[in-house]
Amino acid sequence: MKPNSFALRTPDSLEEAIGMLQEFGDDAKPLAGGQSLVPLMNFRLAQPEVLVDLSRIPVLTGVSHEESGALRVAAMTTHRALEMDASVTTSWPMLGDALPLIGHVGIRNRGTLGGSLVHADPAAELPAVCLALDARMVLQGGTGTREVPAADFFRSYFTTAVRPEEILTHVHFPPPGQRSGQAWLEIARRHGDFALVGVAATVTLDPSGVCQDVRLVVAGGGATPVMVPDVVERASGRQPQPELWNELAEHAGAALSPADDLHATANDRRRLIRVLTRRALTIVADRLDGRGA
Amino acid sequence: MHTISLHVNDEPVTANVQARTSVADFLRDDLGLTGTHLGCEQGACGACTVLVDGVSVRSCLVFAAQLDGARVTTVEGLEGPDGALHPLQQAFRDCSGLQCGFCTPGFLMSAAELLDAISQPDERTIRETLSGNICRCTGYQGIVEAVQTAAAACAPPRSWSHPPTPPTTHETVD
Repeated sequence: MKPNSFALRTPDSLEEAIGMLQEFGDDAKPLAGGQSLVPLMNFRLAQPEVLVDLSRIPVLTGVSHEESGALRVAAMTTHRALEMDASVTTSWPMLGDALPLIGHVGIRNRGTLGGSLVHADPAAELPAVCLALDARMVLQGGTGTREVPAADFFRSYFTTAVRPEEILTHVHFPPPGQRSGQAWLEIARRHGDFALVGVAATVTLDPSGVCQDVRLVVAGGGATPVMVPDVVERASGRQPQPELWNELAEHAGAALSPADDLHATANDRRRLIRVLTRRALTIVADRLDGRGA
Repeated sequence: MHTISLHVNDEPVTANVQARTSVADFLRDDLGLTGTHLGCEQGACGACTVLVDGVSVRSCLVFAAQLDGARVTTVEGLEGPDGALHPLQQAFRDCSGLQCGFCTPGFLMSAAELLDAISQPDERTIRETLSGNICRCTGYQGIVEAVQTAAAACAPPRSWSHPPTPPTTHETVD
């Protein structure tokens, strides 16, 4: 299966890229790593007339750590570069957990953070991780630069807040809090497959050692990554113990309405959400205790 | 049409390509390097794996027009300057790591990248790292043994390199 004929444009600056998107409008699509777009083109499910290759724009690659402890990742940074960067995976263990589970090495050598987020596959790891970590997406377009928090970024299946002539340039991750732990777990049929269900968990303790904030985000439980509701209310002030994790797991399994599809029934997914939530919270607790895996 | 200048298996190449031509089709049809195979054209099977600037890529998902200035290594580039089989190729042969051979070039390139990063990978690491390459014939055991055998025999690797990936945790549901 071969793609349609199309024109390939290779801008060497962000401004030039945005200009091209404005010039070609709906006929153009940015090309990031191509690991999601090109398969679609090979099947002719996507038939852009113009591809704007972002891979030769230097400002769009790289990782920087801000004085505040925040992490700024440029959108064309590959999954593999991030996975191999200990400065990222040590301080953001959830990224360290999730990145090696994205596809396979060959996919991660080309696939990019920005591409994954803008593609917004509901079963993908990074959208859920970004939602759990409260990331902000930096978008640049004809009308200037704006930031969109992850909670507002993912709108529906394969649909985000990115406007037609905008490019996602960076993702901003806030510094991990003190007394805070995080983990990602997923279940897939085979290594590298899209997850049937993935769970991101973060727990923050207050100085006395009880839960102050708990966040649970589920991938594969809806059209976008879903933040499980009413979690902080249940966890706040409670001891970070298995009893709480079991309760939160039951709650997460019941609170979402995952789909029935070819890969799993809704009940299967609810069960997976329950099990993965309990396990993810257990791992987070171990990490908080310094027994971390 | 796009004019690209690159190196393929250390040989300089200049060519004109259409935007829509994949690296795989460029290697096979324009350069006659038919060792790179097309199994799925969606990035799932790994048969088309080549090395670009030292790292493995699915050549069905990259356009040749993007390769200006790149260094590409295909399975044809594995053999030594005197035509001697690369230790991986010899090991696949000796350990029955192939039957029909369709997936083999992809496995060889993925394994070459692995052994450059981790000179003595354990079985789990081999299986995980190569999980992006699919074989319909062998059941994988011969492939794993071939990679282990080659690891034991490997000459100092060429420098296409990444640091090792620690094995990931497989989840099971009770």
